[in-house]
Amino acid sequence: MTTIDTTKPTPGAETPPVDNYLTHSTGIMSWLGTLDHKRIGVMYLVSILTAFFLGGMFAMLLRLELMFPGEQILSQDQYNMAFTLHGVIMVFLVIIPSVPASLGNFVLPIMLGAKDVAFPRLNLFSYYLWVTGAVLAVSSIFFGGVDTGWTLYVPYSTSGTQMNGILLVTFAVFVLGFSSIFTGINFIVTIHRLRPPGMTWFRMPLFLWAIYATGILQVMATPVIGITVALLAVERLFGIGIFDPALGGDPVLFQHFFWFYSHPAVYIMILPGMGIISELISVHSHKHIFGYKFIAFSSVAIAIFSFIVWGHHMFLSGQSPLMNVVFSAITFSVAIPSAVKVFNWLATLYKGSISFNTPMLYALSFLVLFTISGLTGLHLGTLATDIHLHDTYFVVAHFHYTMMGGALIAMIGGIHHWWPKITGRMYSEFLGRIACGLIFIGFNLTFFTQFMLGSKGMPRRYHDYAGDNWNPTVTELFGKYHFWSSIGSFVMAAGFFLIAFYLLHSLFRGKKAPANPWGGRSLEWQCASPPPHDNFSEPPHVGDPYDFTVLEWDEQEQGYHWRHDLKHEPGEA
Amino acid sequence: MASESSQHEGHPEVGHVVPVRILFVTGMGLLALTLLTVWAASFDFGNLNIWIALAIAVVKGTLVVMFFMHLLYDRPFHGIVFVSSLAFVALFISFALTDTFEYAGDLDPGDAPKVVEKLNVLGE
Amino acid sequence: MTTTASTTHDHPDFLAHHWDTPKQQFEAGKLGMWLFLATEVLLFGGLFVGYAVWRGNHPELFKFGSQYLDTTMGAINTVVLILSSLTMAWAVTCAQRGNRKGLIIGLLLTLAGAGGFLGIKYFEYSHKFNEGWFPGAYFYDKPSDRSHTWDDNLPVPGAGQLVVPVPDTEARSIEELGLPADILVELSTVVPPGQGPSGLEELALTDTVHTDDHAEHEMHALQREDRPANAHMFFNIYFMMTGLHGLHVLGGVGVMIWLLIGAVKGRFNEKYFTPVDLGGLYWHIVDLIWIFLFPLFYLI
Ligand SMILES: [Cu+2]
Repeated sequence: MTTIDTTKPTPGAETPPVDNYLTHSTGIMSWLGTLDHKRIGVMYLVSILTAFFLGGMFAMLLRLELMFPGEQILSQDQYNMAFTLHGVIMVFLVIIPSVPASLGNFVLPIMLGAKDVAFPRLNLFSYYLWVTGAVLAVSSIFFGGVDTGWTLYVPYSTSGTQMNGILLVTFAVFVLGFSSIFTGINFIVTIHRLRPPGMTWFRMPLFLWAIYATGILQVMATPVIGITVALLAVERLFGIGIFDPALGGDPVLFQHFFWFYSHPAVYIMILPGMGIISELISVHSHKHIFGYKFIAFSSVAIAIFSFIVWGHHMFLSGQSPLMNVVFSAITFSVAIPSAVKVFNWLATLYKGSISFNTPMLYALSFLVLFTISGLTGLHLGTLATDIHLHDTYFVVAHFHYTMMGGALIAMIGGIHHWWPKITGRMYSEFLGRIACGLIFIGFNLTFFTQFMLGSKGMPRRYHDYAGDNWNPTVTELFGKYHFWSSIGSFVMAAGFFLIAFYLLHSLFRGKKAPANPWGGRSLEWQCASPPPHDNFSEPPHVGDPYDFTVLEWDEQEQGYHWRHDLKHEPGEA
Repeated sequence: MASESSQHEGHPEVGHVVPVRILFVTGMGLLALTLLTVWAASFDFGNLNIWIALAIAVVKGTLVVMFFMHLLYDRPFHGIVFVSSLAFVALFISFALTDTFEYAGDLDPGDAPKVVEKLNVLGE
Repeated sequence: MTTTASTTHDHPDFLAHHWDTPKQQFEAGKLGMWLFLATEVLLFGGLFVGYAVWRGNHPELFKFGSQYLDTTMGAINTVVLILSSLTMAWAVTCAQRGNRKGLIIGLLLTLAGAGGFLGIKYFEYSHKFNEGWFPGAYFYDKPSDRSHTWDDNLPVPGAGQLVVPVPDTEARSIEELGLPADILVELSTVVPPGQGPSGLEELALTDTVHTDDHAEHEMHALQREDRPANAHMFFNIYFMMTGLHGLHVLGGVGVMIWLLIGAVKGRFNEKYFTPVDLGGLYWHIVDLIWIFLFPLFYLI
């Protein structure tokens, strides 16, 4: 089967990889029908980034429209559809599956030293569920579109005219939900049943703890969005009065249903990102992670807490004052495990020998942006201030800091971290740092202005606003803020295009990647880059995933490898 | 069932075999409890009605889970998974219901507007 | 590691390449299935929340509506489903012992139970559809000629009495209407208080009708004097919950047929019975949900 590579071996590599998962079999069907978790991960990555591009384009349309007062390029209806589809694509197609399905799929079994995930067929099936959901969601724009916002609130979604669009999106969300559930089940079982001998729960990389906590949320929360959209579809089709008060239904109940899933969904989005950050910070500062158990348990704590705070999205939607107080109080408690993580990361950085590689720059960006998002969350969780800030750009800015500044920045950092492993190529470190800078500056310009917009009272989801960009009065600063917010989004877009350029370039012209370019200690750095079809030619050294003392830098190889004077790592069975 | 005596004896490599006798007793117990709950429903205990019905249902459910689904002999973690799913449902119900009871007093009595419309049509 | 496997071939056919031992694969399948069952619990859990909220707000609807469910049919269905659960559990035991004949018989009996359940459900549903007891606004249409209880000579209480123009139906909140709350109450009240059914106070009335007047019980739901406001809402939640459960039974039939084909082909033996075991778990959870649906709808 394996073809012996007779061309000149890569200089420095001890054992030149002759067969890897990319060359193991060829042809389009060997990808579309593959059961290899690595290939499925790569397919997810490509698909999710395509969806990210599409969602980003809608965002650009929105920012162009809002750059100046008055109608620019979108009519009011088109604007509503654009922000709805931006939200649906970014939430359901991009961020929720992003890290677990793409990077998680690729590295999770390798981190466990396993050959594959527990259920490879289910894995492929959930990929195709994702594809189905993506096609349904995006096609809604050709069938009348959806203008309800991604939350699909009743009565907008039950009384509007966009019948087919709503049905397509509800069906898409249902299917995508099951894609997410199956991924979650798969990963939980994999972590339980495929850990190699010697890897106890507390010797797992923290990324796996995060994926595990995410799995709990995916399994326990996602079915509720399934039943929610199923009821919404029935309501939409037959109008039987489940949520419609004109028929005795309860519209507040819809929001209970929706947020029972969608608040935990925020943590489905951010927890894997936090897992990546734990890896990046420890590996790139070459220092043992600080407070391993605290970070591990805080992931699980966040997962559990996140089930009992959903009402903080409903303070002004008719929820009773009693529950408002209860939900507000519990919401603050979520700050505890989140802060535990941040402080442990900071403590890890302290006195570490930090390499400012591109992935590390994203990790540091994450720390800044996530802290801002968490702190502004407190304004929104406080009942009194929320009355002022509810449904304004303050909310928009807050959740973009969480979802984009948190989840997506972490994912991009993760892509840069594992890119050499996935593709076997190194990208341009110089361009990588520039792109990270562009994104960091652009992001803050785009969204920090929106905090100011919101606190000045600009409501979200508005097509137009009063204001003069060039001569703002005290009360009409909207124009100025919107203008700079749009400029920021263009800077950010430039950063993303730069990333796309140098990553694609690296595929063809990049230097060959060593097995361990950053000095990571978890198992995925012990197999070749890219990994062979079965991941490991010989069983990897299981041990403390953050004990970097066993590695040393090899100048010739431009990577790290096992210290020659150590045969086995201390404490290994 | 007649061929049962000719079966392999001993523990299988995986899983746990629940003897047919235990399954049969469980099934009969479930039928008896069904009878009990129907019989109990013929009396009016006021507000207790639903709690009695639910209590019997919980006992029946426990029997199904423990014996038919082998949870009694299974890994405890499977039980934890199952019980936590019930716990999350309980959480969901109790929070939503607390909220509901808080605004119960504000409900409009009478038929909803669209029902009134329909009834008007029916009356013509 | 395994005691029985031959030394030359440690990897039986049914064992996927990424597992070391059949036990590992079996345990993984079990855990995966239990996690899936947890998602099923939460899927139905959403509907149970809906049930709790509606019943909490409108207990009189459930008192009234459940009179139109046939307790006998519901009880028979409960028995059928419990028996099919028993035969399924028996089939699993047979599979574990390598008893192929017992497995096939057990699956066939289970399948028969599932078919019987769906058959009875079909009669229940079609009876309600004939009488016009649909969810939603369709509940207030005149039923088809197949209705046994509708009497053209009887009036429909509340019908045609009210000519108050209902304000813009798209406006769904007091704020949107720009009216004080008490005005809205007046607008949506069909029958003047005291004359007709409206809400919680009427519970006592419903009770007396239920116990002593058998003739009332035979009347069409719409023509009952004591019809509570928004009576259709009971049928909303009834059809949602039993409908979703019915879909799961239908899914179970598919699983059973697939297992049966496998059993006939001899795919399962005492070393490999994971699909039968997992299919059984699924079938029991369907049974379990019905065990709760039965008292919550039929025995009120
Ligand atoms: Cu939230």
